[in-house]
Amino acid sequence: MKKAVSLLIVVIMLVTFSGLASAQTELSLWYHGAGNEIERSILIGIIDDFNASQSDYTVALEEFPQGSYNSSIVAAALAGDLPDIIDVDGPVMPGWAWAGYMAPLNLSEGALDDFLPGAIGSWNGEVYSVGLWDAAVAIYARRSDLEANDIRIPTLDDPWTGDEFDGILETLQATGEFEYAFDVGMAWAGEWYNYAFAPFLQSFGGDLIDRSTYLSAEGVLNGDAGIAFGEWWQSLFERGLAPGTSQDGADRETGFIDGRYALQWNGNWAAITALDALGDDALFLPAPDFGNGSTIGAASWQFGISSSSKNKEGANAFIEFAIQDEYLAAFSDGIGLIPSTSGAAAISEYYSEGGLLEVFFELSNRQALVRPVTPGYATMGLIVEKVFADIANGADVQDTLDAAVDEIEQDIEDNGGYGFEM
Amino acid sequence: MISAATARKNAPLWVRLLLPRDAPLYQRNDAIMGWLMALPALVILTVFLVIPFLMAFVISFTNQRLISPNPAEWVGLRNFERLLTIRTFTLEPERDESGAYVYDGGSLSYPRLREFTRNNPDYPELDGLREFTSWQSDDNRTVILVGDVVFLRALINTLIFAAVIAPLQGGLALLLALLLNQALPFINVFRSIYFAPVVVSMVVVSLLWRFIYDGHNGLLNTILGIISFGSFQPVDWLGNPYTALPAIMAMSVWQAVGFHMVIWLAGLQTIPASLYEAAGLDGAGAFQKFRYVTWPGLRNTAVLVLIVITIQAMGLFVQVDVMTRGGPLDATQSVVFQAVQRGYDKQDIAEGAAISVILFVIVFTIAMVQRYITREKN
Repeated sequence: MKKAVSLLIVVIMLVTFSGLASAQTELSLWYHGAGNEIERSILIGIIDDFNASQSDYTVALEEFPQGSYNSSIVAAALAGDLPDIIDVDGPVMPGWAWAGYMAPLNLSEGALDDFLPGAIGSWNGEVYSVGLWDAAVAIYARRSDLEANDIRIPTLDDPWTGDEFDGILETLQATGEFEYAFDVGMAWAGEWYNYAFAPFLQSFGGDLIDRSTYLSAEGVLNGDAGIAFGEWWQSLFERGLAPGTSQDGADRETGFIDGRYALQWNGNWAAITALDALGDDALFLPAPDFGNGSTIGAASWQFGISSSSKNKEGANAFIEFAIQDEYLAAFSDGIGLIPSTSGAAAISEYYSEGGLLEVFFELSNRQALVRPVTPGYATMGLIVEKVFADIANGADVQDTLDAAVDEIEQDIEDNGGYGFEM
Repeated sequence: MISAATARKNAPLWVRLLLPRDAPLYQRNDAIMGWLMALPALVILTVFLVIPFLMAFVISFTNQRLISPNPAEWVGLRNFERLLTIRTFTLEPERDESGAYVYDGGSLSYPRLREFTRNNPDYPELDGLREFTSWQSDDNRTVILVGDVVFLRALINTLIFAAVIAPLQGGLALLLALLLNQALPFINVFRSIYFAPVVVSMVVVSLLWRFIYDGHNGLLNTILGIISFGSFQPVDWLGNPYTALPAIMAMSVWQAVGFHMVIWLAGLQTIPASLYEAAGLDGAGAFQKFRYVTWPGLRNTAVLVLIVITIQAMGLFVQVDVMTRGGPLDATQSVVFQAVQRGYDKQDIAEGAAISVILFVIVFTIAMVQRYITREKN
């Protein structure tokens, strides 16, 4: 017994003194990508470089699986135990900022000048988060198929128009060579629906909500543009041009590469696989313009600072350190993401001039439109996700959009405007 | 020597409370030991079941959000009203200035319902309601308006699911148990085969069945095509509102039937062989043996199986979450899926809690009714 007690005392002393010996303050960093070895090694590299570059702070990394990351943050916030540096998904950020989980960033003047618009997370006039990468979506196509059917290859400056695109889908379907002309990815039920399909709605001139007030969706989601979008969207599935909500994940992964789908609406993360399979024949084309310009979604995972951090200065220093071009390029080379700055793009493998995925950087730079920047997005997104699914399955377009508007506005009212002036 | 009654009077209050009135005091130690042994289970049940349920009950009367700086407020029965409101409303055809009906391409024209249900000061009781279904009565259209179309669909689907699953799964499990309750060689191999799906995670099973049900090149369509010599038209099982729920039912029965088969088997093996011998001597045939020996002997097992399957069926969630997410067109919405989606995904904990409370009341009622119907009549 005595032995045990004295041993305990020694242990306590050792711990205490070793703590005193290092005058460095520890900053905790939570990350969503547990299980991804490449991501981990790049992030650890950045942390090691940062820890070695100065003597005031050390960053300690804790990783979570993506599926349980958000609930871990919510639980930590309720327990008053948030990390100093938070990793946050772009559309979720306003919710966490509004709830008081996050503090605005305090980076040096001009630190974000070169950044892609989608990689900067602003809410309420303040920058809360910044992303080391962004993602973009394009139409995957085979050059050979387009040429065989005399289809013009569109450019960023001159994308397909809505009618032209619709005609192309009919033409490709009519060849009989494909199960479906256009795979939009209905198998990826979830946030993909909003991220990938809302840009079509926006290109028609509609949106999820009126972004000037963030209080009403009437006439925006269910206006003439919304209805025009809905009818076109429904007709894609009615005419058998696109696989519906029952598409399984395996078909989504391999359908285009195997040649069963003529065109595919997919993100840059799948581009390497397509290039490996198709080589030069693979094309990544900009979204069609349905009248209001071509648009794609934006904002991926970003870094921010928790409001309860006692070391905000250190946390800011780490984020500023991490957004150097070389690290952005390292993530890009490692996992194929779009680097957030043109400087990083220029030194990256895939997005530099003549790089295999160069086109995606310009897509992000010129067409990106972030999802509605409001704490209400969490709920709104799910409501609209169901709209995309229901209309695809044949629900009445006007009724579905009207109901979604009512539900969105009810939720905003229940939440006292989500921080916007009612 | 003091009498038991005196000792009881002198004993501390808690001992008196724990002991039956007529128990001799020497049982005191037994009672204490009993409660001590039950303690871990009681603590765990209280912390993880009783307290969360009580919290859900309280939260269902507030507007508590998962993530929000706004403080929670009492809202009374608002959450329940929104979920459960059902009204009928008669929609009259539109008339022109002279009062005659307006015809639109030969059929009567009606005003849009939304004119009544959205910010209409003349119809405050209809605010926020949506059409569930409607029918024609003479020139008017009668509409059933409900506060929450999706929840009502979820409730109906879940009840249909339970009503189909309970007899189907219980019956099939009994059939399997009877087949496998024989002294055949390798019988344990067959028992293991039928039990195998039970030990596989429901998530995995659901993913596999998504491929089986694929509308183009799924296993089911391919097999049906082969055995019908190609005359069978492929069905998009999970993409069609009419086949999606039956498809989930079939797959759920396949997954869980082995579990209840084992319970039936256990029940079958408690029936003494001598009863069958006696019945055989009396000249009973196979059916009569089942009717007058097996079935009465399985009475308690049957009650257990029925109640367990019903409760499990009312908790339908994983299959829906993995396979259809409630679609297509709400054909596979379930109550628990809605509770989770609203509570966590839409961050409306209060509404999720209200759904849980409603589900509790329903399951409790069903279990009580089943218990009453299947009670020992004498």
